[in-house]
Amino acid sequence: MNVAVVRFPGSNCDLDVVKALEGTKGVRPKLVWHEHGGLDRFDAVVLPGGFSFGDYLRAGAIAARSRSVGEVRRLADRGVPIFGVCNGFQTLVEAGLLPGSLLRNSGLRFVCRWVTLRVENNRTPVTGRCSKGDLLRMPVAHGEGRFFLPSAELDSLKKDGRVVFRYAQSTERDGRGCNPNGSLDGIAGICNKEGNVVGMMPHPERAVDSLLDPEGRSDGSVIFQSLASALGGAS
Amino acid sequence: MIDAEWSEHCSYKSSKALLKTLPTSGSRVLLGPGYDAGVLDAGDGCVVSLHIESHNHPSAVDPYGGAATGIGGVLRDILSIGTRPIALIDVLRFGNIGESQRSQWLFRNVVRGIADYGNCVGVPTVAGEVEFDESFERNCLVDVACVGVGRRRDLVLAQAKNPGDIVVMAGGSTGRDGVRGATFASKSLARDADSERSSVQVPDPFMKKLLIDSILDALETGEVKGMKDLGGGGLSSALPEIASKGGTGVELDIRRLSLREPDVTPLEAMISESQERMLLVLDRVRHKKALSILRKYGVPATIIGHVTDDGDITVKDGADVVARLPADFLANPPLIPRDSRAPVRQSDWVEPESPPDLSKVLLSLLSSLNVGGRRWIYEQYDHEVGVRTVLKPGQADAALLKLPNGRLLAVKADGNSAASALDPYSGASGCVAEACRNVVSVGAEPVAMVDHLQFGDPGDARVYWGFEEAVRGVADYCRGVGIPVVGGKVSFYNEDQLTGRPIKPTPIALVAGLVDKDERFVGPALKGRGDRIVLIGKTSMELGGSAYHSTVFGVQNGVAPRPSPQEDRRTNSAVLRLIRAGLAESVHDCSKGGMAVALAETCMGRSIGAEVELQGAPATRMGPASLLFSESHGRYIVSVRKPNLSKAGGLLARARVPYAVVGTAGGRSLRISLRGRRLVDVDVAKIIEGKESSISRALGEEQ
Repeated sequence: MNVAVVRFPGSNCDLDVVKALEGTKGVRPKLVWHEHGGLDRFDAVVLPGGFSFGDYLRAGAIAARSRSVGEVRRLADRGVPIFGVCNGFQTLVEAGLLPGSLLRNSGLRFVCRWVTLRVENNRTPVTGRCSKGDLLRMPVAHGEGRFFLPSAELDSLKKDGRVVFRYAQSTERDGRGCNPNGSLDGIAGICNKEGNVVGMMPHPERAVDSLLDPEGRSDGSVIFQSLASALGGAS
Repeated sequence: MIDAEWSEHCSYKSSKALLKTLPTSGSRVLLGPGYDAGVLDAGDGCVVSLHIESHNHPSAVDPYGGAATGIGGVLRDILSIGTRPIALIDVLRFGNIGESQRSQWLFRNVVRGIADYGNCVGVPTVAGEVEFDESFERNCLVDVACVGVGRRRDLVLAQAKNPGDIVVMAGGSTGRDGVRGATFASKSLARDADSERSSVQVPDPFMKKLLIDSILDALETGEVKGMKDLGGGGLSSALPEIASKGGTGVELDIRRLSLREPDVTPLEAMISESQERMLLVLDRVRHKKALSILRKYGVPATIIGHVTDDGDITVKDGADVVARLPADFLANPPLIPRDSRAPVRQSDWVEPESPPDLSKVLLSLLSSLNVGGRRWIYEQYDHEVGVRTVLKPGQADAALLKLPNGRLLAVKADGNSAASALDPYSGASGCVAEACRNVVSVGAEPVAMVDHLQFGDPGDARVYWGFEEAVRGVADYCRGVGIPVVGGKVSFYNEDQLTGRPIKPTPIALVAGLVDKDERFVGPALKGRGDRIVLIGKTSMELGGSAYHSTVFGVQNGVAPRPSPQEDRRTNSAVLRLIRAGLAESVHDCSKGGMAVALAETCMGRSIGAEVELQGAPATRMGPASLLFSESHGRYIVSVRKPNLSKAGGLLARARVPYAVVGTAGGRSLRISLRGRRLVDVDVAKIIEGKESSISRALGEEQ
């Protein structure tokens, strides 16, 4: 199954996502320059992290108005899996494909740190191989990741089970700042009503190689394996 | 133009002769000093490039922009030889941020500048070093080093060899920013340094990211014949260099430059240091593909001239020739001989009596600014992007990065301004020794280094003496342990503009090491309860410039630690053999704060305590506090599983390395005794708390 990884000027996790997908059975990733289009030839689209268009104006704001994201909007309507990581999540929110805003971190500083996530919804294309309540370790790295939504909308988001990941406390040492950015209700990732558009702030592609994981795990792999399964490409 | 190119910043006119004494060759060295970056052979066609730069003066007047453009500059150096930047390392010096508002302002904004630029450009900041000392109150130091990887066959040199080839300016437009930046860097800061702000360049990490991506793509076309970054001195420095190295000349028309503002004079255009610009020499016939790749990324690129065979730099303004000078003349300024004079020192230092409660001393050292944890800083840096960072900041003594050929690259930079002020020879050789130990501690064999020597005004004979001593220290040590110096940087005129006093001499060493495929690497943290703790190396009474002296007594005096390259060579290779044989569970070196701080740090990673008895520790005669806090070089703390103890001991004995089994891992506190008398008893939780909170506490922030 073919997965497009969209490269905007300023994307910097594009190659990392490609690498993670290359190591996943059943998917073939391809880097697509944001102006080139042709995304409808793919079975899923990933918007990677980075600083698209230098994050000028607001993180993801310019990318959200690019030709690629126009195409992504049509694909999303058709039910094609769309997955945004970090700046990709910010872009999906800016494009209105996901609700809410991603505000400046509560600490007012960029934060790069390994965190624990709890899987809250395992019916999305990127969590199908998880169980609800699974704890996953992976890093965050962002300056604007504080998820916010007015309380009425937040209630319906929660009621609909559209919270996909929350920051969680796994061990004693995580007690200090298990929510790295002050996100409302500890929300780290959400999906749209149909469940095919998912965005998350943490970086699963950085937690695929066990060599790079301080605990020797590789919890990010399950996200990409889930995507492969959802596309029917994994054995 | 001559003013810029012959400035100290560009020409090294006060330092070149001495720098020639450094050992620069080695089996892995492909490119040494004199190029934009040093390049090492990492095996299998893979190369590693290294370079260090500083942006001290710009950061002192505009900490955010100065630090950001400092990174911009070093990234260009790595890029301009055709390698991809994969990691940044920053070395910083500030005044006491616990007391000085100005130092807080400099510190916060320098860190933010590095974070905003490095994070956006997508190159992880993986390691660093920082010290706080009042001599840096107004002249902070901001050194940024960068590591790159590439393929040997893709290396590009800063030269224009073929007359007729075209010269292209790629990237940002040329403006008035940074005009005379190199000249600005080559004098002391003026009293009204704020008026120099226009000498600081304007950073644009987004353009830099595009420049990196597009140039790396363009290299694949084979159309790029030479490349040079535009840094200090701008075009007036870059053009003579590529022409002089290639034995050619260059003719350019400054009207073809894309200018940021109208009315930039030809002179300003030549010496502007506007950021995010690269000079490319493209094949005279085949250059369309390279140019179209730059265009795809939206990187402006204009043909500004061509390579000639007359050996001259000819600058035209339309049809008028406004300057013509021989490239060799510009590129090779005359050297200035400097006077040096050793300062008179009093040698009647008597070690003061130590406070009775050594547990308290240990805790105050751990939470002091110069020993405390660096999380406040490194969490603001993306240290993961690129998925290469195996050992991350705060996790080990050196950062460890995955290379494309399966080997691992260890990098660490170190310096010790207090020791260097007491004895620049020992301080400089000591920072190389410490960086080597840090690299060895993770299991990597040191293969090369770059240095950065930062001093006051070289016209002051005492300052220049310190510089001479530092160069001698680096040269002797590197020769002794067999590590080549593949590049470096000298920064003079660092002094406090109000008091006129020079900064403490600050030599910095960045050492790179390699871990072979499938070889082991380790961290510093004690791993298993019951593991035995082995202290390797001899402790001497060397407390000069120590963290103990400054924290407890507020003095910096006495004998600075001096490393022995011969002993270190033996010790380092024995420690590497322990790691490779799988006998070492953890390895940590002793540096700032001495053996006691090192022991405390090994307890932090997994919250495992230790019971230690120092009776058999190899040491000269000294009191208990000196034994705990002396900063002698060449020492490691290694933990070994009990069944492996005799094997490990045998290996160390055969290597003729002094060592002793001093304790056992376990419990919830660190207890250190000497001949049965308890010296230290501290909860591991307290160690962690003290160490982690030092910077936030100094800044008056909640944890």
